[in-house]
Amino acid sequence: MDTVVELKNVTMNYHTLDGETQAIRNLSLDIRRGEFVSIVGPSGCGKSTLLSLISGLIKSSTGEILINNEPVKGISSNVGYMPQRDHLFEWLTILKNTIIGLEIQRKLNKETLRNAERLLEEYGLGEFKNYYPKQLSGGMRQRAALIRTLAVNPEILLLDEPFSSLDYQTRLAISEEIWLIIKKEEKTAILVTHDIAEAVSMSDRVIVFTRRPAELKSEHDILLTIDGQKTPIVCREAPEFRVYFNKIWKELDVHV
Amino acid sequence: MSEEYIIPITQHSAEHLEFIRKERSEHRAVILSRIIILVAIFVFWEIAAIMKWIDPFIMSQPTRIAKTIAVLSRDGSLFLHTGITIYETVIGFLSGTILGTFIAVILWWSRFTARILDPYLVVFNALPKTALGPIILVWIGGTAGSIIVMALLLSIIVTILNVYQSFKNCDEDKIKLLKTFGATKAQILRKVVLPSSIPDIISTLKINVGMSLVGVIVGEFLVSSAGLGYLIIYGGQVFKMDLVMTSVIILAVTAALMYLSVAWVEKKYIKMR
Repeated sequence: MDTVVELKNVTMNYHTLDGETQAIRNLSLDIRRGEFVSIVGPSGCGKSTLLSLISGLIKSSTGEILINNEPVKGISSNVGYMPQRDHLFEWLTILKNTIIGLEIQRKLNKETLRNAERLLEEYGLGEFKNYYPKQLSGGMRQRAALIRTLAVNPEILLLDEPFSSLDYQTRLAISEEIWLIIKKEEKTAILVTHDIAEAVSMSDRVIVFTRRPAELKSEHDILLTIDGQKTPIVCREAPEFRVYFNKIWKELDVHV
Repeated sequence: MSEEYIIPITQHSAEHLEFIRKERSEHRAVILSRIIILVAIFVFWEIAAIMKWIDPFIMSQPTRIAKTIAVLSRDGSLFLHTGITIYETVIGFLSGTILGTFIAVILWWSRFTARILDPYLVVFNALPKTALGPIILVWIGGTAGSIIVMALLLSIIVTILNVYQSFKNCDEDKIKLLKTFGATKAQILRKVVLPSSIPDIISTLKINVGMSLVGVIVGEFLVSSAGLGYLIIYGGQVFKMDLVMTSVIILAVTAALMYLSVAWVEKKYIKMR
């Protein structure tokens, strides 16, 4: 499989008047096309910084980031970002919210609009397209947020703890739905999370970061024995699930 | 307030109906008490004047105020002066809000400019703007222009500070989201910063009605050619307390109506969202 995202010896320092903080140190990483990769690590270890770097929001101090073998220079339309909360704009309808990226990139035309409407239709929000966000449930809002990201048709999705604001049951159901959508739309996804079970159940590969400054601690290819179709909820029943969970938990080395 | 008391059409339990009945009867009692207080003040005032407990020449009295209102409405001067005051206030607070919002946009756009101007804004905010009245009068002259500038000065600083604060409070993550789509600064302003600040801008408008009215009345005191402020100062100078009291009452009603109309716009807007 070919590589979509490539990080070569990336270091990221933050500067404030109080001093300098190293968020990421000498990180090298390859993400393959169509892969679902999760990144877990202690809180505040620089996981979100990594996503900001890949999306081109910030520039690394040293090292190189390549997307499709091209160095990242500023915001790339190849990359879609999904934030922690849905951040739907309360004053816009669901349809208007989902096409905001198209409007900003001046790509709104009949074809892209029809595609956004198709996505809404396909993922159960068709009849809600003229509703306002506050009229929708948390799960529906999350789906709308994903469609907003998908509407600009990015190759790579960056998911920054996208389920962390949901209650546990909604979270399980939504991570299942979102996973199915991402697989159906054939996207490459990088998920940042602190939920080990979520990471193991959704991913092809889990990457563990050390405490800040983030360095690569370990990588796990997730191979689960499953009957029938693989989805996150089914994955949780696989016998190896617990093994991966415990291994990663130990590696995270949590001290309260 | 009123829609809280709309009678629901669906069937409810006796307990719920009892709850609604209690709420509504309390609501009626509040309204009734308000009216009673108002009527009592005027009745007591009138009696006190008739019984010579107070001197109506100094304190005026409700019947004399009513007579003054009748006289002033017959020759049309009541509407003229009230109209002038309303006109100056509306122009003042609209221009103050628009100009203030515009300056807030500049401050948001350039953090550097905002940092430079910060101490000036603080001082200007603390300064009682009415102290600038004589300067404006000399510079612009004894016209409605001076009065409108006074109203503008009183409302603009509050607007700049409130709206700029509201811009700064705009959710960083929402801005980040737009940035990941490649949004420019102008797009961020138009798509998220301005729309999310509209409730704050409207509430600033509410404050500005009162602020501008202060500016207008002080301006009319100084310019002394027309308006309710002029009637008040003129009445005071010639010792016609009936005219002063009448003008103050008309002013109170006008101010309340202007405030209520902005509050009405706000309510319409919130419903629309």
